[in-house]
Amino acid sequence: MRKLALSDEILLSVEKPARYIGGEVNMRVKDPKDVDIRFCMCFPDVYEIGMSHLGIQILYDILNRREDTYCERVYSPWVDLDKLMREKNIPLFALESQEPVKDFDFLGITIQYEMCYTNILQILELSQIPIYAKDRSEDDPIVIGGGPCTYNPEPIADFFDFFYIGEGETAYNELLDLYKESKKAGKSRREFLEQVAGIEGMYVPAFYDVIYNEDSTIKGFEKKYEGAPDKVKKQVEMNLSEAYYPTKPLVPFIKATQDRVVLEIQRGCIRGCRFCQAGMIYRPTRERDLEYLKKCAYEMLKSTGHEEISLSSLSSSDYSQLQELVYFLIDEFGSKGVNISLPSLRIDAFSLDVMGKVQDIRKSSLTFAPEAGSQRLRDVINKGLTEEAILNGAGEAFLSGWNRVKLYFMMGLPTETDEDIEGIAILSDKIARVYYDIPKDQRQGKVSIVASTSFFVPKPFTPFQWSRMDTPEEYLEKQRFLRSKINEQLNRKSIKFNWHEAEQSELEGVLARGDRRLSKVIYDAYMSGCLYDSWSEHFAYDKWIKALEENGLSISFYNGREREEDEIFPWDIIDAGVSKSFLLREYRRAKNSLETPNCRELCYNCGAKQFGGGVCFNEQVLSGSNHENEVSLMDVEGSQGAGGKE
Amino acid sequence: MKVRVKFQKYGAMKFIGHLDVMRYFQKAFRRAGLDSEYTKGYNPHQIMSFAAPLGVGLTSDAEYVDIGLNSSDEPEVMIKRINEVMSEGFYVTGFHILSEPEVNEKAVTAMSLVSSADYLVSLKDGYSLWDMGDDVDGTVTRDRFREAFESFYSKQDITILKKTKKSETEVNIRPMISMACFDEAEYNKNLIENAMLLTGPDNKEGSNSNEGSCLIEAASRAEVYENNTKVYLRLDTGSASNLKPELVMEAFCIENGIQYNPYAWQVHRLEIYTRDEESNRLISLDRLDK
Repeated sequence: MRKLALSDEILLSVEKPARYIGGEVNMRVKDPKDVDIRFCMCFPDVYEIGMSHLGIQILYDILNRREDTYCERVYSPWVDLDKLMREKNIPLFALESQEPVKDFDFLGITIQYEMCYTNILQILELSQIPIYAKDRSEDDPIVIGGGPCTYNPEPIADFFDFFYIGEGETAYNELLDLYKESKKAGKSRREFLEQVAGIEGMYVPAFYDVIYNEDSTIKGFEKKYEGAPDKVKKQVEMNLSEAYYPTKPLVPFIKATQDRVVLEIQRGCIRGCRFCQAGMIYRPTRERDLEYLKKCAYEMLKSTGHEEISLSSLSSSDYSQLQELVYFLIDEFGSKGVNISLPSLRIDAFSLDVMGKVQDIRKSSLTFAPEAGSQRLRDVINKGLTEEAILNGAGEAFLSGWNRVKLYFMMGLPTETDEDIEGIAILSDKIARVYYDIPKDQRQGKVSIVASTSFFVPKPFTPFQWSRMDTPEEYLEKQRFLRSKINEQLNRKSIKFNWHEAEQSELEGVLARGDRRLSKVIYDAYMSGCLYDSWSEHFAYDKWIKALEENGLSISFYNGREREEDEIFPWDIIDAGVSKSFLLREYRRAKNSLETPNCRELCYNCGAKQFGGGVCFNEQVLSGSNHENEVSLMDVEGSQGAGGKE
Repeated sequence: MKVRVKFQKYGAMKFIGHLDVMRYFQKAFRRAGLDSEYTKGYNPHQIMSFAAPLGVGLTSDAEYVDIGLNSSDEPEVMIKRINEVMSEGFYVTGFHILSEPEVNEKAVTAMSLVSSADYLVSLKDGYSLWDMGDDVDGTVTRDRFREAFESFYSKQDITILKKTKKSETEVNIRPMISMACFDEAEYNKNLIENAMLLTGPDNKEGSNSNEGSCLIEAASRAEVYENNTKVYLRLDTGSASNLKPELVMEAFCIENGIQYNPYAWQVHRLEIYTRDEESNRLISLDRLDK
């Protein structure tokens, strides 16, 4: 029988002990003595969230296919266990073998959002691994960072031995082969990292010094090891149609956030919304093969026993064979008690038909994400969603029986004015009016509209990476203004208004576009008790402010200024595929409210074509118009009409 | 058709709470490809009913779940198929197709039948009841425990304070305890005298695989501790009268001036019964349909 790392007494005194016992369905079992490499994969948040992450499931599968490697998992202990582990000096352990993480060769941490940075330090400290990479000895695991936040790894650079920039499918085998050789040859940690720096996509922060200007901006990067590359190029898996997909995903005992089969239908997004980091860093858009997906759906439902399947992508409606896939799932599994859930669908005849088949209309609500209240601001952010489309979609849905609508907006977007904010109230009201225009006998009671606003946070590798971010005070003022405007609407009683906290978003802004000097701030904040910052009940704003002040850094430097067009950014060391000149062109177009067509319509030469594939590449090669588009669009700023409408 | 599935729950799975066990079995039955009956509507779910939910931290040799199937293979085959998709800590030992209820007669759920259950309560290693000096092999503790428990059990009244949300009431739990013994031989003897099981001492026919019913031999999953201080208890269980073994141990500790430590005891369920009114004997749930 598996021996557990924690005693019965500890497990029975903490919340949800199943977080720490492993043994889940489809867990890989190997004898650690039989392998050369022990890899611990970490998601630095609580188990139920970490277990819902698709990326770890993919990597877990890839790494465990190797006979010489045992990949295990670890998640952040919840605060109750955190306290006990410190009191009793229990080292953090991996779920599979229940053995201490500090005895592993690698600790790989996936970093999905900025607000988990203190949790990374908790993982290191509880594992009894030195928090700073420079303090680690030959016996400590090599700590790797990956995931979207590593596109600006600088704020956490001091804690990692290296970062893997890009998609995990491509280079792990090369890395592990190298490690095995290096270990056999008795090479040191430093020598291994020097070799790692030679693999494309690997960023070893210790090999670079950052030089600052007097005004605190960055002057440049200075290499401390000659073999390190000038720029680190992101890794992309170009053959997604057949690329590793875990058909036996882990099934947790306790309900995870994603308690269902998740089928990734495509990677990347053709839309090019200017606030969206995912839409830029996952370029080019690549689709998975339909027949392969059908096969995966079968196998995954069979191996997990889940009663629900969900499609995953940034914009499902843009998957070219969506209809065939969805009708296949409904026909094949609908009668077998499997629920089919379809997030991120555009409202049209097809999606209304599908939704009517797979869900109870009375209980479900329609979701739109206009993101901005006015057409002008939607053009600025390149959202490509018109008021007409929203009202028509809502109208059709109301006729089919829906009466609940959720609307998502952002406040604090670049160039935002009072009219744009008021537009949120007006649009909400217009939707209600569409509902009440329907004859009384054809509608279902009252309409309910929920408008939610979040606080816009500029992210690296987006056209808005130069933008100033509002202060919490400005945001709260806008919120009050919107509240008053909603109260002026005819259908105000049908409109519910929700908003997010501003202070968490403010810190997220600092960490998103921060530099290496923030490592010390994160360390100090953690040492003063910050943990689980993404959980509002644990977020301690004051401690963060104190840590920033004590290190002589200000929020306004990171959030409160418009950056110069030629400013060197902390993340300029990374080559994410999209070029800085493309992002700048897009930023200028944004300021002129010019839309940019999506990647299927026209190529705007973002730079991701260098990977030699993707829907833009393939379709243009097919149509033979590649060359022409490219030339005509090299410089489109100011040329009216080039930003074609759909 | 209605089927009663019997399973063991042990090892690390004792940390999985009842609601999660239900979710686990729904998924497990899907993995095993059972032809389950579903409720109608937009959120169809399997028809499933558990007898006497087990608390977190407890292990068991005899958990029961009644399920609805449209069709079924031979019980032996079904047990094998389900066990192939089980994770360590769950093991199916019985599969019994229940006879259809008579017309006009409502189908009875496993839950509503339960009247009592047997438990083995063991002192975990590393915990002590009294300061016994150099009681190296635990014999002194074991003998003293037996003596103290026998005297506790011989009382007419064991009154405890039962706390509800609103008030505290005094309850005499003694009538809810119908057996206390201290080793396996004694316990087995008691079973022969009082209980009807599908296998075990009572089952003279020696057959455990009738048509539509199969019980496989499986060793008890009760954890064994070196100190060997333990007690077998038979307690009222179910909606009419219910007594948790933890409450008995707490009362015992209070009576003997021992600080009650809930983590010191491992509780293991051995069997769940219904009472046959005619013979006044206990019938294990899997034997019930015979």
